Parts: sequence; structure tokens; C-alpha cells
Amino acid sequence: MPFAPLVLATDVLLWALVAAVVFYAWYCQRKPHLAAPWKRVFQSRAAVITSTVLVCYAAIGLADSLHFRPKLEGGNAYSPEVLSILDLALSGLRERREKTYSAPLATRLYAKEQVELADGKVSREFPRLRHGGAHLKDESDAFTDIGEKVLAGLLFASVPIGLVFLGIGPLQKRWPDVPWRSVATTVGVILALALAVALLARGYHVLGTDKVGQDVLYQALKSIRVSLVIGTLTTLVLLPLGIALGVMAGYFRGWIDDAIQYLYTTLNSIPGVLLIAACVLMMQVFVDRHPEWFDTAAQRADFRLLVLCAVLGLTSWTGLARLLRGEALKLSQLEYIQAAHAFGVSDSRILGRHILPNVAHIVIITLVMDFSGLVLAEAVLSYVGVGVDPATTSFGTMINAARLEMGREPIVWWSLAAAFAFMFLLVLAANLFADAVRDGFDPRVRVGTVPV
Amino acid sequence: MLAYIVRRVLYAIPILVGVNLITFLLFFVVNTPDDMARMQLGTKRVTPDAIEKWKADHGYDKPLLWNARENSLTKTIFFEKSVKLFALDFGAAEDGRDIANEIATRMWPSLALAIPVFLVGLAVNITFAMFMAFFRATYLDFWGVVLCVAMMSISTLFYIIGGQYVASKVWHLVPISGYDGGFDALKFLVLPALIAVIAGIGSGGRWYRTLFLEEMSRDYVRTARAKGLAESVVLFRHVLKNAMIPILTGAVVVIPLLFMGSLLSESFFGIPGLGSYTIDAIQAQDFAVVRSMVFIGSVLYIAGLLLTDLSYTLVDPRIKLE
Repeated sequence: MPFAPLVLATDVLLWALVAAVVFYAWYCQRKPHLAAPWKRVFQSRAAVITSTVLVCYAAIGLADSLHFRPKLEGGNAYSPEVLSILDLALSGLRERREKTYSAPLATRLYAKEQVELADGKVSREFPRLRHGGAHLKDESDAFTDIGEKVLAGLLFASVPIGLVFLGIGPLQKRWPDVPWRSVATTVGVILALALAVALLARGYHVLGTDKVGQDVLYQALKSIRVSLVIGTLTTLVLLPLGIALGVMAGYFRGWIDDAIQYLYTTLNSIPGVLLIAACVLMMQVFVDRHPEWFDTAAQRADFRLLVLCAVLGLTSWTGLARLLRGEALKLSQLEYIQAAHAFGVSDSRILGRHILPNVAHIVIITLVMDFSGLVLAEAVLSYVGVGVDPATTSFGTMINAARLEMGREPIVWWSLAAAFAFMFLLVLAANLFADAVRDGFDPRVRVGTVPV
Repeated sequence: MLAYIVRRVLYAIPILVGVNLITFLLFFVVNTPDDMARMQLGTKRVTPDAIEKWKADHGYDKPLLWNARENSLTKTIFFEKSVKLFALDFGAAEDGRDIANEIATRMWPSLALAIPVFLVGLAVNITFAMFMAFFRATYLDFWGVVLCVAMMSISTLFYIIGGQYVASKVWHLVPISGYDGGFDALKFLVLPALIAVIAGIGSGGRWYRTLFLEEMSRDYVRTARAKGLAESVVLFRHVLKNAMIPILTGAVVVIPLLFMGSLLSESFFGIPGLGSYTIDAIQAQDFAVVRSMVFIGSVLYIAGLLLTDLSYTLVDPRIKLE
């Protein structure tokens, strides 16, 4: 085989989560009462637009979650470098490296260098880039060249965009309440942008290059996976703890309630960053002492990412538990639960059949609401030094590296701008989607009173 | 009332013991005192004797949780280190400086930044939320909410880095970072305070807007309108007063935590407060400092919870604490 597949722990969990979501969607499809709130959610234009954006992010992140190790040339060994399907698709971006910084769409390097002229003299000037605009004979053509490429991209995009608009016809018939036009428009905008950027990226560094000359666009696309992992896998720890402890405290009351309340007050009273920092530092020592556990640097970084998710989950289940405790306390007083008690239904059955389904909306709302906070937290934690592995590309590490270069003259702004822009779009989409989900699920919010 | 307070204070003790146990376990399960000694001594001159001496000097030469030889719970690292915390005796940091002393001096810069941010932020958020509530269901309200969501979605790091760049590097209004005592502190504090207030508008404004709108759907508001009061009178006389109850009781819980300072602003702007102290301690893996900060943070959090409960009885006489 020309490559050896490599399965990282977070890959497995991420794909398992995708399978779980697909299963949940299929299950909802068959139960009208479960599908109803989701139908309400997807009637809002904000929800369908933001979920389209989120699906694009997810697609990039999932393509980045299928890893392999390519075979080294002339030998049987596999490269220690771990690549993903996304790397393969972006191999052009990945391999076209410059010496150091260069501005977006620039044709010359950021720093001056000694260049030997044709007549043997040496002068200091900004050298031409190896790849950015290298196809141009005269670099003053760059402006028109860029314009032509963008126009060509938009022209190319018009064909698939047309197909998308034709394709929504049958969908509109199947689900008439969903604003498919908004979906098609969003897909169209993304396609046009993506194609224009793709064409440009063949000849230029669209978002510039960083200190070691790596393409910033490539880094930003690679960072998406970490955000998705932190935003979603954290819930795998948060959910079981939050649901089990919260519901048990509210339903059983008595000493169980006291014990669980003690546990979450104690955890809550430790300042969050300190708790996370302590856990991550300890894990770091642990990893350093067991180098034999990890074949590649990627696996080590992946373990650290996984532990970070677990730690974030362990420190953030208290909010959900508190909400569920209150709700379970209220529900267990209701007549139908008391009737179930009177009929001699067992506690576990009451919990499973009557309490859990009735708190499900709180769980779903909390899940989507937490996502954006976790994505933002990753950047801050990486700045404090207790986030992801420094070798992993993430928005936090990008910002951290670029922050140190703010003092340069002229300022190197493109790395920061790219990281913040990609993160902003993701978090904004997640926030708006979360609002739509809350409006759809929350029985108290009356449709129509709250705009957006 | 007094009995309630006493009971709550007593209830805090097991929580603080638990907090100590958690931090203690976190630091010692993986990182033994030997490892700590090796890290603090550096790579050179690490002989078993040096490690033993370091452990004896710093009080880490006893069993962790249970002294089997003397069959006692008190002659252990956990007990000796924790009991001192309850007496607010924090001991010395790894660099030999007294932690309590350090906290007492670093508290003031933290407060000088945190208190204005808290007060101004509260005022700005309430004003903005009132504005949106007054123009509810119009385009002004709609775009206000959009602005809030957009501002919430921007990373705090962006506000800090962007603000620092524009105000200090481009406009040269204030120094980039640093701190000075007395009134000179003002020019160092204006920018971080402004940035912190702006960064908080998004979530704060939106949250208070929902509180105002909830209050405006109550019956007494309808009555007030029915008897012919102007909308502005309804809003400022009646709704504002009642909506202040959840706003203030919600804000009370963070008041004690203002002492802890802000981790990000302080380390970005070089303000020598408790926030930057904490970050430095995390990065230097200084266990004594981290444990002290965790302990203080927990005490303040519990104090905040107690204050919240008390503030409920103050603003709403119907609530009786039992």
C-alpha cells in the first residue's frame, strides 16, 4: 500500500458523533413529536443559513479527521509525518512554502535580502516570492491577473450555483416549510467564494504566509478541526455527568441531592482556568514520562487534545446539572409521576420513560449553546499555555504566534486577521443557530415575539 | 438571619476541604514531591541528597495523605499544607517570597482595574438593554440584538490585541503596557478598562434585554399603560426598578471575585495584579501559589453565593431565609 492509515482517538470519537447525529436524525424522522421542534427550528431563515455554514465547517473538519502516513520513497518505511485527506486536497497550499512572511496576494517577500544582480553586484531588496505570483513575467500585472482569476472563479461557480438552485425544487416539495432559497443562496455565496479563492490560491498566497513561510489560508483551514473537536467532544464527558447527576439529585432528593450539590458547589468554586491549568499541567508531566505510548508526534498531540476535552467537560458539567436538577425536582412533583409511583413503577423506569424525555429539550439547548463558548475558550487557553499542543495548528496557537509579531514595522496582521475571521464566522454561526434552536425548543418563547 | 449566615459559613468548611483535596490530588497524583524537587532544582546538581534536602526545607518530606508509621492523619503533607490555608497562612512561593504579602500588594492594581470595569460595564449594559427594550420589535432593537450577537462572537483576545494596537501603536494615546502607583496608574488603566467594558457589552446587553422584556410582559405593566402612563414613565419608573432585582442579585455573585483580577487583561497590559500573578504561577508550575489562589478563589466564590442570598432578602421582603 502506498500509505498506512492511522486512526487517532479524536478521529474515532468525531466520526462516532457523526454516526450518532445521523442516527438521531433518522430516529426523529420517525417520531413526529421529536421532529416537531426541529421543524420549527428549520423554518427560521437564520437557522438554515447558519446550519449551512456550520455544515461547511464540519465538512472541512471531518476531511481533516481521516489520517494516514504516506510511504517514504524508495523503502518500506512509512513517513513519521501524519497527513489527512484535507492535506491531500490542499497539498498545493501545503507544499508551496516561502522563506518567511509575505503579505496576502503579495509577489515579494516581507523582509529584505541580499540579492546578487546580473552584473555581479550585491544589493539588498525585497526578493520575489518562490510561488506567490511566480507565474507573472512582470509583477505589475499582478492586479489585473488577480482580477481575472476572481472573475474566472465567479464564472466557473455560476454553473454549480445554477445546479443548486435547480436542485432545491424537489426538496421544496418534500419539506415545504424550510426556506430552501436561503440555503441555496448561502451555498451559492460559499461556492463562489471558494472557487475564486481556489483559483487565486494556485498562483498566490491568498492570506499571506507566516514566519516560516507557510500559507496562512492552509493553517486557518487546518485549525477548524481542533475547534470542532473541542466544541463537540467535550460534550461526550459533559453530557453523561450532567444528565446523570442532575436528574438523580432532583429526583431522589435527600442525601443523594446533598452529596451531588456538595460535589458541584465544590467544583464550581474552584476558578475554572486554574482547575483546567492544573489538570493540563499534570497531564503534560504524565505524557512526558511515557514517551513509549505514542508512535508519532501527532498521536501525542492528539492525546493532549483529548485530555483537554475531558478536562473542559469535567469542569463544565455543573451548569447543566444544576438546570436538570431544578427541572427534575419540578417534574417529580407532577401528578403523572406520582401516579406512576402509585402504580408501583420502578424508579429507573420512571427516570427513563418520564423524566429523561421531558428534560431532553434542556439538554439539546445546552449542547448547542455551549459549543461557541468552548471554541472561544480554546483560543484563550492556548494563550495561557494550557491549551492544545503548541505543535498543533489551532486558532489559539495561530493567534499566539502572530501576537508576538505585532511590534514589527510594517505590521504583520494577516495571521491574526485570518484566525480571528475564521473563528468569528464559526462562533457567529454557532451562536445564531443556538438561538434558533432555543426558540424552537423552549416552550416559554412564543414564536414571533423575538426577532432574529 | 444570623443563624442562617452562621450555618452557611459552617457549610463552607467542607467545601473548602473538598477544594483543597481536589487541587492536592491533581498536583500530587502524577507529580510526586520528588518530581517537584527535580523541577525546582533544575537539571544540574540533582543528587538524592539535594532532593531530600529540598523536600525537608519545603515541608514535602512526609507521606501524602496518611501517615502509616505514626498512624495519624495530621503528620502528612496534605494536613499540614491545608490547615495553614484556613488560617490564611500561605507560606512562601518557590522564589522565596511571602505569598500573603505578595497578594496584599497585588490586590490593589487588580481592584483598580476590576471595580471600574464592573461599575461602568453594569451601567453601559443596562443603558444599552433599556434602549433595545424601549424600541422593542423595531429595526433598532433588531440591529441591536444582531450587534450583541456579533460582539459576543468575537474573541476577547481580538478586543485586547486590536484595542492595544489601535490606541497605543497607531494613535499613541496611552502606553502599550506597564503600571505605576498613584494617579499615574490612570493612563495605564483606561485602555484595559475600556476594552473589558466593550468586550462585555454583547452578552451583558442581550441578557439584560431579555430580563427587561420578561418584566414588560407582566400584568402591572399593562395596568400602568392602561391608566395612561407614558411609555417612558412605565419603563423608567416601574420596569427598571423591578428588573434591577435579577440584575443586581446576579451581579452580586461576582463582586468578591473582583479581587482575583482579570487573567487576560492583566497579563496583556503588564498590570502587576493577582490575575497576572496566577498566570505566572501556572506557567512556572508554582504549586504553593496556585493552591493559595485556588483557595482564595473558592472562599470568594462562597462569599459571593452568600451575598447573593442576602441580597435577595434585602430587595424582596417576601423571601425569608431558613
